[in-house]
Amino acid sequence: MTMTPEAPISALVIDDAFRDTITLRERPPQPGPIAVSLTFGWRALLKIKHVPEQLFDVTAFPIMTTLMFTYLFGGALAGSTAEYLDFLLPGILAQTIVLITMYSGMGMRLDIEKGVFDRFRSTPVWQPGVLVGMLLGDLVRYLLASTMVFGLGLILGFRPDGGVLGVLAAIGLVLAFAFSLSWVWLLVGLYARTAQSVMGISMMVLFPLTFISSVFVDPTTMPDPLEWAVDRNPITFLADGSRALMQGDPVGNTVTVVLLSCIGLVAVFGPLTMRRFRTAS
Amino acid sequence: MDDTTPAIKARGLVKHYGETRAVDGVDLDIPRGIVFGLLGPNGAGKTTIIRMLATLVTPDSGSAEVLGHDLRDGDAVRSVVSLTGQFASVDEDLTGSENLILLCRLRGFARARARERSAQLLAAFGLEEAAARQVKTYSGGMRRRIDIAASIVVTPEVLFLDEPTTGLDPRSRNQVWSIIRALVAAGTTVLLTTQYLDEADQLADQIAVIEHGKVIALGTSGELKASVGSGSLTVRLVNAEDRPAALELLARELDIDVETSTDPVALVARGVQPDAAAAALGELARVGIATSDFAHGQPSLDEVFLALTGRPTSSSDDHSHAEVPA
Repeated sequence: MTMTPEAPISALVIDDAFRDTITLRERPPQPGPIAVSLTFGWRALLKIKHVPEQLFDVTAFPIMTTLMFTYLFGGALAGSTAEYLDFLLPGILAQTIVLITMYSGMGMRLDIEKGVFDRFRSTPVWQPGVLVGMLLGDLVRYLLASTMVFGLGLILGFRPDGGVLGVLAAIGLVLAFAFSLSWVWLLVGLYARTAQSVMGISMMVLFPLTFISSVFVDPTTMPDPLEWAVDRNPITFLADGSRALMQGDPVGNTVTVVLLSCIGLVAVFGPLTMRRFRTAS
Repeated sequence: MDDTTPAIKARGLVKHYGETRAVDGVDLDIPRGIVFGLLGPNGAGKTTIIRMLATLVTPDSGSAEVLGHDLRDGDAVRSVVSLTGQFASVDEDLTGSENLILLCRLRGFARARARERSAQLLAAFGLEEAAARQVKTYSGGMRRRIDIAASIVVTPEVLFLDEPTTGLDPRSRNQVWSIIRALVAAGTTVLLTTQYLDEADQLADQIAVIEHGKVIALGTSGELKASVGSGSLTVRLVNAEDRPAALELLARELDIDVETSTDPVALVARGVQPDAAAAALGELARVGIATSDFAHGQPSLDEVFLALTGRPTSSSDDHSHAEVPA
């Protein structure tokens, strides 16, 4: 697109209409936290609309991991890829979505570097809404990624016994955890010097966290110390919970543990992130 | 808040960044309804001062009130101020219209009213045709206008403008000045930062000259210029060999120190009244010293600084020093 500054520039006229426009004394009541968060969520969606390239990483990555691990491990671990899919798909959904939460911290960092945050921070709105809105936009990306993984699973032969409700519940559980975990990366993003370092730090945590879990194999096959660690990894609970919900099996304590982790993550990292957001300059 | 509450009252504001005292004990008393200019070179601490007053940066010490609201009461301050930063104060990925609707929604306008207000602002600022284009495609002048429009979706009581015309062409700069004058005429108090004495001169009712985080002079532009004396007279001669004679003559006529510059045909006298300058130039012509050109102008920011601090603005420790226009 070419710039055409000439015509619009000459159109600035300081007349009575102009004076009326610039002196608006109307003061509607300030919107509440939910309205503010949704408005910032709308901004995130607009950014996706204008910069659709940002969907590439969250869609390409899940397809890649699902295909790769299904065919890499399927034959060896479960005898056939179709049987392995029943075990793997709910877990790989959890792993993939958890892994792409690292883009939240990086995306926020890039967004902040562009500077428009000074405007938001000097506006009398519920301040956490700025970040909650960004994460709402991320939820749309995670939902898209979940749909891709699940759809790919169906094509490859995955048939969940838990039905539509079970699948939706599993995806909801994974999204809730991803939303909560994203606060950690937002905090990292506010402290890190560059967007690249946010990526580096989150990879370093997320890779071991998602692999040392029950996503790929049954923990009972592991050496004792590893099994001990895997049994305490929240990703294990997330993968097991997602699997149970999708297959219509009893969920045990998995869902409770995941939801408590979510509350814990938001309760700890939400305020820390907001404090940093207020004072970072 | 009654009518006598000042727009801004700051006492002993201090902000450190590492070893640097970016703002080093600033007091300000800004009455309502005026344009107040913070004048100084890059790195003087101007931006940090307005960022503190807009609640974006917490002062290390000192206090300030904006229309009677203490800075610690962030939401109360934010509800009466608006800030247009020097860079990126709207979202470049969004269109002009989307940016304004977003800000209207954040200020509590219902969806339809937000759209209506956005369209009204775009029309007033001559941006209707660019409404549906991403801001990153805007020219510098359009960019500045959408920045300012974004700051007045709800007309603020106090508007902070950080270097509103830096980098603009003269026409766009004049338009921004017109907008600022109209805002002030309508009752908004404007606190702007600038590196340009002529901008402060044109716009600001009161000026604080800032250097190394301190207010080193305060007054109207007339008072500041008077403190420097009037403008400087620069004379360029046709023949370099005439310079010693011309220097002696000018020094005698003006009763002032005349300096030579690196230009072998140039002479500079600071603090010269226009009539004295004219008389001295006449005397040069009478004795037959040919001049190729001469100039008499208002003091530059450099000269104001020189007069106020005894040293030029380009101190060796200031790596971010920018060009200072005359």
